[in-house]
Amino acid sequence: MVGTAIKNREAELSTFRNRVLVAGLIILAAFVALVSRMVYLQVIKRDYFHTLAEANRISVVPVVPNRGIITDRNGVVLAANYSAYTLRVTPSKVKNLDAAFDALAGIVDIQPRDRRRFKRLLEDSKSFESLPLRNRLSDEEIARFAVNRFRFPGFEISAGLFRNYPFGEVASHAIGYINRINATDLKRIEANNLATNYKGTDHIGTFGIEKSYETELHGTTGSEQVEIDSGGRAIRSLAKSASIAGNNLTLTIDIKLQQIASEAFGDFRGGLVAIDPNNGEVLALISRPGFDPNLFVDGIDPLNWDLLNNSPDKPLLNRALQSAYPPGSTIKPFLALAALESGKRTPAQSIRDPGFFALPNVARRWSDDRPGGHGVVDMHKSIVESCDTYYYQLASETDIDKTAEFLTLLGFGSKTGIDIDGEKEGIVPSRAWKAKQFARGSADERKWNLGESISTGIGQGQNNFTPMQLAHAIATIANDGVAFRPHLVRDVVGAGTGETRKVAQASSASYATRLALKAENIAVIKQALVGVTTEPGGTGVRAFSKAGYVSGGKTGTTQLYNLKGEKYLESKVAKNLRDHSWYIAFAPADKPVIAVAVLAENAGFGATTSAPIARTVMDYYLLGKTPEPKKTLAAVNEPKNAD
Amino acid sequence: MSPRTLIDRVFDAFTRRLDGPLMVTLVVLAALSLAVVYSASGQSVDRTLGQARNFAVGLLVLWVAASIPPQQLMRLAIPVYIAGLALLISVALFGEIRNGARRWLNLGFITIQPSEILKIGVPLLLAWYFHRKEEGLNLRDYALAGLILALPTALIVRQPDLGTAVLIFSCGFFVIFLAGLSWKLLISGGIALLAALPFAWSMLHDYQRTRILTLIDPTTDPLGAGYHIIQSTIAIGSGGIFGKGWLNGSQSQLDFIPERSTDFILAVFGEEFGLVGLLLLLTLYMIIIGRGLMIAMNAPTTFSRLLGGAITMTFFTYAFVNIGMVTGILPVVGVPLPLVSYGGTAILSMFMGFGILMSISMHKRLVST
Repeated sequence: MVGTAIKNREAELSTFRNRVLVAGLIILAAFVALVSRMVYLQVIKRDYFHTLAEANRISVVPVVPNRGIITDRNGVVLAANYSAYTLRVTPSKVKNLDAAFDALAGIVDIQPRDRRRFKRLLEDSKSFESLPLRNRLSDEEIARFAVNRFRFPGFEISAGLFRNYPFGEVASHAIGYINRINATDLKRIEANNLATNYKGTDHIGTFGIEKSYETELHGTTGSEQVEIDSGGRAIRSLAKSASIAGNNLTLTIDIKLQQIASEAFGDFRGGLVAIDPNNGEVLALISRPGFDPNLFVDGIDPLNWDLLNNSPDKPLLNRALQSAYPPGSTIKPFLALAALESGKRTPAQSIRDPGFFALPNVARRWSDDRPGGHGVVDMHKSIVESCDTYYYQLASETDIDKTAEFLTLLGFGSKTGIDIDGEKEGIVPSRAWKAKQFARGSADERKWNLGESISTGIGQGQNNFTPMQLAHAIATIANDGVAFRPHLVRDVVGAGTGETRKVAQASSASYATRLALKAENIAVIKQALVGVTTEPGGTGVRAFSKAGYVSGGKTGTTQLYNLKGEKYLESKVAKNLRDHSWYIAFAPADKPVIAVAVLAENAGFGATTSAPIARTVMDYYLLGKTPEPKKTLAAVNEPKNAD
Repeated sequence: MSPRTLIDRVFDAFTRRLDGPLMVTLVVLAALSLAVVYSASGQSVDRTLGQARNFAVGLLVLWVAASIPPQQLMRLAIPVYIAGLALLISVALFGEIRNGARRWLNLGFITIQPSEILKIGVPLLLAWYFHRKEEGLNLRDYALAGLILALPTALIVRQPDLGTAVLIFSCGFFVIFLAGLSWKLLISGGIALLAALPFAWSMLHDYQRTRILTLIDPTTDPLGAGYHIIQSTIAIGSGGIFGKGWLNGSQSQLDFIPERSTDFILAVFGEEFGLVGLLLLLTLYMIIIGRGLMIAMNAPTTFSRLLGGAITMTFFTYAFVNIGMVTGILPVVGVPLPLVSYGGTAILSMFMGFGILMSISMHKRLVST
């Protein structure tokens, strides 16, 4: 009994020892497996995992450059950056946006407009992006939000630089605006290989100088290597390549002049361009009505957009260069110059004006602007008194293609090349133009007829010029035939370096062109233009009485309404069919430093509306005279709360 | 009595029942643990002190367990098992649900996880059971042993708590294996288990399946279930041979490793101390396992042999499953790295095990057969 017990014990003990041995071998095998795995990870694949760990740890963050500042020719800031706090929302983190916005009441002021704009941004963005809800929070709002932050997951306050246009609508068409980058912009950025430089940039110039000088203004994006934790929070900066701020722009515009000119329009729609004839610098570029560019800066809300876009006054249209009008009588000095140059007329050659013009064997009569006529009219008088009959006759004797050739030389019918987008070419009618225009019409419709030439002679009919083109042409005459390409930006100033680069000198050959015109012919025309403001019977005499300087000018009136022999009575014609009012001018007459073209839509005679506007502009520019204060000009330097 | 001899006596009173080699290794591991927990917790002094406290309490438990002779432990076998099983059933009936698992029982004054009790209860009962069957073992005996093992395992799988179930099953299985379960039965059982795999698969919860699928290809779900494994292998791999240095692991310090001071602490260790550190850790584990198996082999009774062997093998299972999971060769189950991971419960149950081992080691001379 005891023997078996001992035997059993020994058998059991040996079984146990065997089993422990087996277990030991299994354990050894398992440890070998673990060690092989460790060697695989830490020796063989070490570099691979090292790369992955670094990629985890390091994030490259773009350092967005400050956008260049835009100043006027005297250094007055027209577009600047300011830092402010924005309430941003990440839509994917918010369950019910409207409820959350309602809950913000009393903490942060959210206007219906902010909501509308937010909804619009929401439509074309991804829901995990954070979008601005309210800009420029006040200190009180920031404090109130900070206290209540826990109630608003997905809402955060961030600091950032914003664009501000302190002068609002005064120079909106020239300066333009920036807008949030949209899908179309993104495609263009990628197509131009600029995606890297626009990393982190939210805005891009979409209109005016902000658009055409985008490359200068944007600057170079830098980058920062940041060590981040698993939540993406930056722990420390590892390396940094600084951004290079965008270049500042000094414009040719004088903002005070711009402001005075803008206000001189009163309630009239229209456009004005003032140029320094000696170099093509645009001193003022006005389109009325304007719009507040600040509305666009962080995405315009749909309601304001509809108001601007659908307004019958078309405030977004830049009338100074996107809109072409028949020039009316302002074409006369240019046609007179053409006649002198071609030898068709001498200055002394005169006609008898019976009050109308008629062609032999044609029943139709082209009536003069003055019933009974101007009597004996030579070239000088034809310009001073704006005699239609003189030009009916001249046009009837001149081949339209020759006229077109000369007008083209002066820059009509093509873009002046001003440094912002959207310029219209206008129309200089010719046989070729008509054939093309009526290409689908009958042979008769395509053929140029003499009657059209005659209308063209007084600037009615088919010709269409932009105020920009007229300003450019009168500046060229004022400058004795040397044409300068008009431009709005005078200097590009390196933000960091202060290095100044003149835009106009950059390629001076393309900026200045001497036209093949005889000096004595130009002198005749200039003298006549001076007569307009100085001689009895001159159409600009009243507007320029006691001016304190001698200027040359020419009135013009574009008829929109066919009177069919009735007398034109402004009060009887519907407002939007009333004549457009033109005036072109330069001063001082002996050594011009300013050339102006003014167009006021539906404003009647050139002499009554546009000439006084031109005078206001020149009075300020030459004499420093400001107009009688209707409204105060002060307080424009304060940024307006546009959003 | 000179002061000198007084100190000796006090020291002797403490060390008489402690196993020298085991004790030294445990202390080295504990020191290592404190260093890694300090780094893994983002240099939190509180956490490190908490872990030090865990070790202090653990040592006390170890000392107490080492003082209990194995014969007395045998008497506890049935009550501990029955109590554990009863609590498990209570959990199944009215346990608390946390994170989608019913594992906890609220006793009013304390919330406990009864599966922890079974970690010691199952091997205790099985060792006691085989000790009593000194005569040759037949199939029925193994079947009953299998039932003792299967009951709590099934209950824990249902909670669900795959990690604990695997551990309890393996430590019970080790007892049966060491008791001499015939190879024939073992192999046919293994085949039966393989055959049952498809059935077991259908019983698994979705998250458990995902864990296994993710193991096969972690990249299928890089931000979800695969994230743990991807980040921990990146950490270990990027550590290289010598590691990035203590407190210098980018994956660890920048919080890319989930549960970095508990279940995934090996990733921190591997990143900061490299292959050299990991080999040191494995060596320490080997010493503990080797010493444990030696104690078991020299134990005087069947009960103490089986219990000692099972405790040692369970310790190995902890180490293997955790290291395998963090290095990406085993599925992610909630098993801590023994003696290194932050956490009181695991350290207490492990030190209790080592206490029992020491008791077995020291009481062999006292038992005369």
